[in-house]
Amino acid sequence: MNAAAVIRHRLFWPAAVLVLLLAANVFFTPGFLSVELKDGHLYGSLIDIARFGAPLILVAIGMTLVIATGGIDLSVGSVVAISGALACLWITDLDDQQSVGGVLTAVGLALGLALFLGLCNGVLVAGIGIQPIVATLILMVAGRGLAQLITDGQILTVNSAPYKLIGGGYWLTLPFGVLIVAAVLAITAFLTRRMALGLLLESVGGNPVASRLAGIRSRGLIVTVYAFCALCAGIAGLMVSSNVSSADGNNAGLWIELDAILAVVIGGTSLAGGRFSLGGTVLGALVIQTLTTTIYTIGIPPETTLLFKALVVVAVCLLQSPAFREKALNRRRRRPQAAPASADPKVKVPA
Amino acid sequence: MSSDVLTAGRSAALRDRQRYLPVLVTAGLLVAMFTVGGLRYEAFASGQIVLNVFIDNAFLLVLAVGMTFVILTGGIDLSVGAVVALSTMVTATLMTDHGWSPLAVVPLVLLIGSVLGLAMGCMIHYFEIQPFIVTLAGMFLARGLCYVIGTDSIPITEETYTAVAQTQISLPGEMHLSVSVVIALAVVLFAAYMLHYTRLGRNVYAIGGSEQSALLMGLPVARTKIAVYTISGFCSALGGVLFSLYTLSGYGLNALGMELDAIAAVVIGGTLLTGGSGYLLGTVLGVLVLGLIQTIISFEGTLSPWWTKIFIGLLLFVFILLQRLITARRS
Repeated sequence: MNAAAVIRHRLFWPAAVLVLLLAANVFFTPGFLSVELKDGHLYGSLIDIARFGAPLILVAIGMTLVIATGGIDLSVGSVVAISGALACLWITDLDDQQSVGGVLTAVGLALGLALFLGLCNGVLVAGIGIQPIVATLILMVAGRGLAQLITDGQILTVNSAPYKLIGGGYWLTLPFGVLIVAAVLAITAFLTRRMALGLLLESVGGNPVASRLAGIRSRGLIVTVYAFCALCAGIAGLMVSSNVSSADGNNAGLWIELDAILAVVIGGTSLAGGRFSLGGTVLGALVIQTLTTTIYTIGIPPETTLLFKALVVVAVCLLQSPAFREKALNRRRRRPQAAPASADPKVKVPA
Repeated sequence: MSSDVLTAGRSAALRDRQRYLPVLVTAGLLVAMFTVGGLRYEAFASGQIVLNVFIDNAFLLVLAVGMTFVILTGGIDLSVGAVVALSTMVTATLMTDHGWSPLAVVPLVLLIGSVLGLAMGCMIHYFEIQPFIVTLAGMFLARGLCYVIGTDSIPITEETYTAVAQTQISLPGEMHLSVSVVIALAVVLFAAYMLHYTRLGRNVYAIGGSEQSALLMGLPVARTKIAVYTISGFCSALGGVLFSLYTLSGYGLNALGMELDAIAAVVIGGTLLTGGSGYLLGTVLGVLVLGLIQTIISFEGTLSPWWTKIFIGLLLFVFILLQRLITARRS
């Protein structure tokens, strides 16, 4: 593979941005990449990035599949809030907050509700044929209200060791949340890349009518994908609320849908659907989380986080836009070798 | 022959009626809500209550007007709430901390909003990046700029500005209006004229119907698309000015999530999010419906504020279902 092929690879620019961010960190804090073992737990900035980025990666994985079918799910942030709220509400009502069975019931209930909400989204999109952005907007708006209804507008705090494990605990020296993400990622990658499922999803996203005529049950697939996305958001909601041992209906998962969509786009998945890259999405989510961490470690005032984020988003999107690259590169190329640049498309036309 | 013409005329009339159906349903809902409110609560069925809905939502009305333009072309603008916050912040710092005159500040704020919209429009059109992502970046940028200016709420004490904010325009029957409402209504009238009676307006509808066809017809797609985002940026900035008149302060966390309210108002008003179909009157009715929900919840007294969101969600659901039924029958 020569240099040009590497640059043209879909994941080159997001990977380059990630490496650049890490390099900037190493430059400002020399010990940034070191990871050490303390009390049987791994510690280090890299581990922190993975740990705090876990909910975002999870939501972004679900979002990738939804976007692959040509849809979008705006409601994940609300589902994050709802699932955390329901789990915490159930645990506060337990006689013994430390009981593993009670916590498991709470987790089951929260994930069940998330799954149900996802099914509703899927039915609205596939069954009734509402545009995805509108269908999920409903739950995005109403879901925040629902989460506040569950917590009664309060911040519910819990004191439960088993629940704390999900988002704040360690297992086998690694943060438990990271392990959950790895498991979900592995299952998703297996189902979509080793089975035909991924191909079917891409065909539904590429051309719904043609894939229906080819005998693919696009409706069932779409409903499944929305349910899966909501389930991922539900797990992320449990992580977020367990990490801080409380549920906040108003602020939990706020804007996570935007970050997740951003991660998917940075990862090279087109919002038009028909093609997706799970690796790219994880890369995109890591870029976003590393960016946030970088801002804290370098000592840029936190007020400018959003400004920085806007600049990176614009840069990555511009670099990935074929129109932009064509315009920028052509201008550079036209002077030295005008002929090959203009001859290329002409050759293609008769063929 | 004549019967052919007759049926053609009748079906055209029927199609016309169907086109207005979503707006009519929203209007019907508004009347129903007002009637129910009037029957349930004392002192609800008065002109001032209607005017208060306008006074409390003048900024949202202006935002929704800009959003209608964008959505009619099939795009979306997520940056409006952040631009409102930025405008309040710029207004407040320049007037309170630097002692600028409102006559200089307000045009500057409107210019900032328009330029931001223009830049986003150019990125969307020339670099073919999805509007969703570009305006999302615009939202981050505007909120980020707010925090760079300051993280605290800044009060506005400038005399002329507060005087304008507190001016009440008296109407017959002991009713009154604020200056913001007059500005917002002027914007609505002007926008309705632009959308329905000018070339730009026709181009907006044509692009929303099919960008490809519009391009092949030789319509100025680039100019129109960029103009639409510029209009939305201008409206957001103006909305921000009205918001600062309403709260007399600037704060980076102002108008959080207001883009959703604006989109919801447009959808409830019967505009299709795929673009190409909808009326500005519908948007106005949509804003009034949202405002009336809040009024009813505050009159009810025992309902918690989060019910507003749940009701808005339910309404969205009903309206989208209705739109779906109408479009399904037409095709």
